[in-house]
Amino acid sequence: MLQFLLKRLALVIPAFFGVTILTFALIHLIPGDPVLLMAGERGIDPERHAELRREMGLDRPMVVQYLHYIGGVFQGDLGKSLISKKPVMEEFLTLFPATIELSLCAMIFAVTIGLPAGILAAVKRGTVFDHSVMAVSLTGYSMPIFWWGLLLILLFSVQLGWTPVSGRISALYWVDTVTGFMLIDSLLSNEAGAFTSAVRHLILPSIVLGTIPLAVIARMTRSATLEVLREDYIRTARAKGLSPMRVIGLHALRNALIPVVTVIGLQVGVLLAGAILTETIFAWPGVGKWLVESIGRRDYPAVQGGILLVATVVILVNLVVDLLYGVINPRIRHTR
Amino acid sequence: MSETVQVTSSEAPPHPLQEFWHYFSQNAGAVVGLVFICVIVVVAVLADVLAPHPPFEQYRDALLVPPFWQDGGSTRFLLGTDDVGRDILSRLMYGARLSLLIGAMVVTLSLAVGILLGLVAGYFRGATEAIIMRIMDVMLALPSLLLAIAIVAILGPSLFNAAIAIAIVVLPHYVRLTRAAAISEVGKDYVTASRVAGAGRLRIMFITILPNCMAPLIVQATLGFSSAILDAAALGFLGLGAQPPTPEWGSMLANALQFLQRAWWVVTFPGLAILLTVLAFNLMGDGLRDALDPKMKV
Repeated sequence: MLQFLLKRLALVIPAFFGVTILTFALIHLIPGDPVLLMAGERGIDPERHAELRREMGLDRPMVVQYLHYIGGVFQGDLGKSLISKKPVMEEFLTLFPATIELSLCAMIFAVTIGLPAGILAAVKRGTVFDHSVMAVSLTGYSMPIFWWGLLLILLFSVQLGWTPVSGRISALYWVDTVTGFMLIDSLLSNEAGAFTSAVRHLILPSIVLGTIPLAVIARMTRSATLEVLREDYIRTARAKGLSPMRVIGLHALRNALIPVVTVIGLQVGVLLAGAILTETIFAWPGVGKWLVESIGRRDYPAVQGGILLVATVVILVNLVVDLLYGVINPRIRHTR
Repeated sequence: MSETVQVTSSEAPPHPLQEFWHYFSQNAGAVVGLVFICVIVVVAVLADVLAPHPPFEQYRDALLVPPFWQDGGSTRFLLGTDDVGRDILSRLMYGARLSLLIGAMVVTLSLAVGILLGLVAGYFRGATEAIIMRIMDVMLALPSLLLAIAIVAILGPSLFNAAIAIAIVVLPHYVRLTRAAAISEVGKDYVTASRVAGAGRLRIMFITILPNCMAPLIVQATLGFSSAILDAAALGFLGLGAQPPTPEWGSMLANALQFLQRAWWVVTFPGLAILLTVLAFNLMGDGLRDALDPKMKV
């Protein structure tokens, strides 16, 4: 196990440094002088220009600048946003819970529907149900989710008026930020109706963000279950006279779930990327919307820091998934 | 008297293309996908002829006209007009050009570079392989859209830069596939035979080995087409791809949110075009996979 752990860690460290090089390059590869870009259209006088360049360390050699940048990163210093003047780290941390909350709900939606649908499709192979699950999941997989979001808003918010169009909670409620998770904070606030409002705001974004993972999980579960159902031990279990529920629920599922867990883990990256689109559509105040807005405002330190932090989260989650995979499936641990 | 053995033609193996078509045509979805793609290609090529209106022409007397079957719609604008009076159907037809162009550009770029890097890694192994594959690992660790956004932020938003960004993002898949296929081929007898016959490195890599690695690459390229169209549309939607007034499907949706209440057609049709095209490529990709490479069957 230790060797497996070390091997995985050895992959994570270069990945992290690769990302820092990318985000570092971001500022330096942008055509033109960063100082002039940041100054905007009003321009800047030469004295202040030189001063700013020195302040930002732009007059020093590239390698020194990179080492300086890395040094800052390890101390949690990602620079200050050009617009709000607040540290990038602080902005990220205040917005991140909203993204986690949305992603978690999307994942719960995807797993609770995708897993049973995939298993049932495999068990009822070749039936109408199987074909519909496969058709729906292929469509979901091909869906431009930003358009899917617009359609759902059109139907449920505009036509039917069931769900709100945007935001995390109705403006009628004032909820103090305790945990940053609106569902928990609204419960703590003791305001009647606040929690319901928060839930109603979460439904559509979660469905939109969960659609692609749902499709992938359903397809993967189906094929993994089909694979397992062909095994000899399943025939043995059936021959022993076990009930179909027991054979599938206990014997088949345990082994079928191993690849599914990996796929679910890999979807975390997909979710965080999808959050960029989903948050933009639903005006969800999370990291994704902030990143897109920062690019639009040419707030380069925010873009740089945001990409670095999101990428780091994805790398860490993938690491955890890999380790969990080793725990669930002893074969992985021993063969490597 | 010696007996002659008659070999009937039916026992001869079918031509590879024939065999491929036999398996491919059994998959109804794949055939539907192929037909749809052919239609889209024809529309894209003949957009100048087929489109009823020029894509940028603004009819000031016809803002937000609904599709022809709704009250207030007319057959002059079959799918209605947008907020500045441009014909949506015509813009979709010209948009097909851009989407296919992006797909082709991304697939060509990533396939060319991916094959080169993958073959080099798979043929030379050792340090070269380690360096190439570690860089690919880093790229795979990032969510693709995020990496594409980062690259576009560097290059500046435009359709061309979006295509480059997406090509870079999908590169690792091609490199990995080529490398894996090349490694399994390198040790085989025909490669050794070719080497013994005096073939040079380049010849062995590109003429001997490469053709035998193509099956998974063709499948990946087809699926890559669909993800390229999807990602380009997403970037366009975020304002990081094609810039207005380019009739790109994603950027046509970029400011559609404000028309949700008044004009559903402005929102619905561009997205439908994206969905159907992507779906067609995915269906065809699945069919190709089953026909070309049974091992890759999920």
